[in-house]
Amino acid sequence: MRPSPDGSGRRLLACAAAAALLAAAACERRPDPGATSDTGDIVVGMYGSLTGDGASFGQSSLAGTQLAVDEVNAAGGLLGGRRIRLLVEDDQSRPDEAANAVTKLITQDRVVAVLGEVASRRSLAAAPVAQRYQVPMITPASTNERVTEVGDYIFRVCFIDPFQGRVLAKFAFDDLKARRVAILRDIQQDYSVGLTDSIQKNFTALGGQVLDPVSYSSGDADFRAILTQVRGQKPDLVFVTGYYPEVAIIVRQARELGMQMPLLGGDGWVGDSLQNGREALNGTYLSDHYAADNPDKVVQTFVKAYRSRFGGEPDSMAALAYDSVKVLADAITRAGSTEGPRLRDAIAQADVAGVTGRLKMNPQRNVDKPAVIQELVYANGELRFVYKATVNP
Amino acid sequence: METFLQQLINGLTLGSIYALIALGYTMVYGVLRLINFAHGDVYMLGAFCGYFLANALELDANPSIPGAIAVTLGAMACCAAIGVLIERLAYRPVRHHSRLAALITAIGVSLFLEYGGQVAFGAAPRFFPQMIRSATYSVGGVQITNQSLLIIVLAVAVMFGLEFIVHRTRIGKAMRATSYNLSVASLMGINTNFVIAFTFALGSALAAAGGVMVALAIPRIDPLMGLMTGLKAFVAAVLGGIGNIPGAMLGGLLMGLMETSLSATAYSTYRDAVAFGVLILILIFRPAGLLGTAGAEKV
Repeated sequence: MRPSPDGSGRRLLACAAAAALLAAAACERRPDPGATSDTGDIVVGMYGSLTGDGASFGQSSLAGTQLAVDEVNAAGGLLGGRRIRLLVEDDQSRPDEAANAVTKLITQDRVVAVLGEVASRRSLAAAPVAQRYQVPMITPASTNERVTEVGDYIFRVCFIDPFQGRVLAKFAFDDLKARRVAILRDIQQDYSVGLTDSIQKNFTALGGQVLDPVSYSSGDADFRAILTQVRGQKPDLVFVTGYYPEVAIIVRQARELGMQMPLLGGDGWVGDSLQNGREALNGTYLSDHYAADNPDKVVQTFVKAYRSRFGGEPDSMAALAYDSVKVLADAITRAGSTEGPRLRDAIAQADVAGVTGRLKMNPQRNVDKPAVIQELVYANGELRFVYKATVNP
Repeated sequence: METFLQQLINGLTLGSIYALIALGYTMVYGVLRLINFAHGDVYMLGAFCGYFLANALELDANPSIPGAIAVTLGAMACCAAIGVLIERLAYRPVRHHSRLAALITAIGVSLFLEYGGQVAFGAAPRFFPQMIRSATYSVGGVQITNQSLLIIVLAVAVMFGLEFIVHRTRIGKAMRATSYNLSVASLMGINTNFVIAFTFALGSALAAAGGVMVALAIPRIDPLMGLMTGLKAFVAAVLGGIGNIPGAMLGGLLMGLMETSLSATAYSTYRDAVAFGVLILILIFRPAGLLGTAGAEKV
């Protein structure tokens, strides 16, 4: 501000204006409950990593969500013919943007419920916002157990990492007969750290030996140094608990270093660029939410609908997103309303036959569902998931 | 022992990557006294040029060595042009202003390339096609891939090549003259604009070659890939003595070995902090770098 004879007066005015603005911003305006609750479209928000490192997660989720929303609308909508209108926000694979996206969806777009995210770190960043505004949030695929502990408005339709870690540990110990294992974890991701802890605990409980976990960070591209260190300890098997972009490179560099042991990972491996691991992916396994070749009728109807709309095979992120919409639609119908507290109570009572299994909410707002183990087979330039086993909780 | 030797190879590979980029920093600094912060991003552009060329030639489906060489040369030509363009549009207008103005311009160019790259190529990482069939050689339990070998050989060749150009050729003599005193050099009949443009073209072409080679070995490329690698290569150049060609090589190799040996311990996630800690230490205790000679600063 340029100094002028009346500078002090103007500055005072400016300060007052700024203070008023701040005060207005500080009073959180609660969305008007009547905004979408009587007639017209039911507005549902979805946030996801449509771009950035986790783009495959976001794009698959979006496809699954759209498919389910269109099915609900084609079947006559909800609450006497009201259609679901889906609003989508991109969080660019960043936790801070995830929180911003949910704030915008709730305060500006007045959505009745929020769907998302896949990565636990981003769900953990956004969940407190939904909880504060008392708008139910259903995460399709965040498996870290702390996500739904944020509050009673936060739900999920996937299994949790304490279970996933047990499944992986058991498969490694019983089926692959591993006794001495190493773990590579992505220190920046709550998901990877939580899954690592769970595998460590369960594998030790089975009587196996777990070497000290080795850490890397999302975005790293050269893993030779840590892999060489792991190789020197001669493990029977290596767990990689991070997400697909890094996994594709880790498996390649591991094989280049002559590490031929099986590699195992969780559902974070499910993503389009995993296939860049190529031949190195042979002899690797992952725990997943569903197998697309499951003959179950619900699964096959979904797979067929997805294929005819988007071409290509639906991965488990698409399947879970689809299920999250079905749980929400069912709850809106049972609640007879889109009001936050009533919707929350209805979701807490959910019991729906989903693509990824029976979706029955437990008191912790999680679902108890089986996991499947898939083997990865890369041949003729194509990556296939081959179903190995189902493990019940 | 086997692990130690393997880590040595890993460290040499990583160090050669830093050295390749550090050589470009050092050369521009040697001639212009300018820290070209955009250099790491030219390296990124080189990798992307290579990516698009290799896909256009469909080298992923049928890898071939002549194809790979063509792609590398194409990316080098592309980036040489970009380097000249950057110098002409961004640096030349501020050449006779303060050193600080040039430095800030360099940071601006760097940010422009990074975020312009995100707009043009998207932020999601891409996977570089396998232009040559990867092969692994095993010597006494130590594995080395043909791509790693290529990187190490390229870095050493580039170092000797630059030494030769700067000290044994006419253009090299002109570069050194420009470096001593730009205005006197131009009074002596040296076309300094051409010399500077040549320096940028050469440095950028080398960055592109480095980008393609690295993308072959570590196939993940994204618009921000030059940021951290570029900064570490800058540390390497300062460590070896900025402006000094063998110094850049030495600094790069030391950085690579240091990072690798740290990754081998439980403190693997602190390696970036250590890399920049080295920069601070070297600036405090030996500002001219390991191979640099302290001299009176030209004003």
